[in-house]
Amino acid sequence: MDAAGALSDLTEISSQVEAAVVLDAAGAVVASTLDDAERTARLARAALELLDAADKRGQTGGRALTQLEAALREGSVFVARRDGRSIVATTSAEPTSGLVFYDLKACLRSLPETPAKPKRRRTTKARADA
Amino acid sequence: MRRLLALLLFVAGPLLYLARRRAGRRDRVHLYYDDGSMVTLEHGAPEAEPLLAIARAALS
Repeated sequence: MDAAGALSDLTEISSQVEAAVVLDAAGAVVASTLDDAERTARLARAALELLDAADKRGQTGGRALTQLEAALREGSVFVARRDGRSIVATTSAEPTSGLVFYDLKACLRSLPETPAKPKRRRTTKARADA
Repeated sequence: MRRLLALLLFVAGPLLYLARRRAGRRDRVHLYYDDGSMVTLEHGAPEAEPLLAIARAALS
C-alpha cells in the first residue's frame, strides 16, 4: 500500500484524526490528508520541530523518543516515528490517545519499505595482460 | 437551614465538578520512549512551553 492509501485508511478507521502527514527519514512530506500545501508544510514543520525539541530535552537517559502527544485545550498534536519515518496528526480536544497512537503506528507499519539504495557495481580493472 | 444546605450543595456541587474537570484539561506534553517509559511535561514547566507553542501553531 502506498502512503496516500495508508493515510486514506487511517482517516477512515480513526474518526478522531482530523489531519495527518507522513514524512520520510529526511523530513520530506510523503503524503498528506490535507489539500492545502501550506497547511501540510506547517504540520510537517511542526512535527520535525516537536521531535527535535523533544530529542534535545535533557534527562532522556539514553532512551530514544518513539512518540509524543502535545495536548491543548483546542486539540492535540500526535507524532509517531518508526524506522526513520514519521507521522503527525491533529485531533480535536481530549482524544483517546491510546487509540490514536495505535492507528498512527498501524499506518506507519502499512507503508511500503523504503527502496534500498542501488548497490554499486563492482568494477574490475582490465588486466593489461588480458 | 436544611433547605439552604441542600440548595448550596445543588449549586456548588456541579460548579466544583466543572472547575475540577477544567483544571484537569490543562495543556501538557506526553513523551514516550523506546523502553516503554513516558514523561509528562505539564503546562508551566519550562521544558513544556516550547513544545506547546509548536503544537499551538500547528493547530491554528
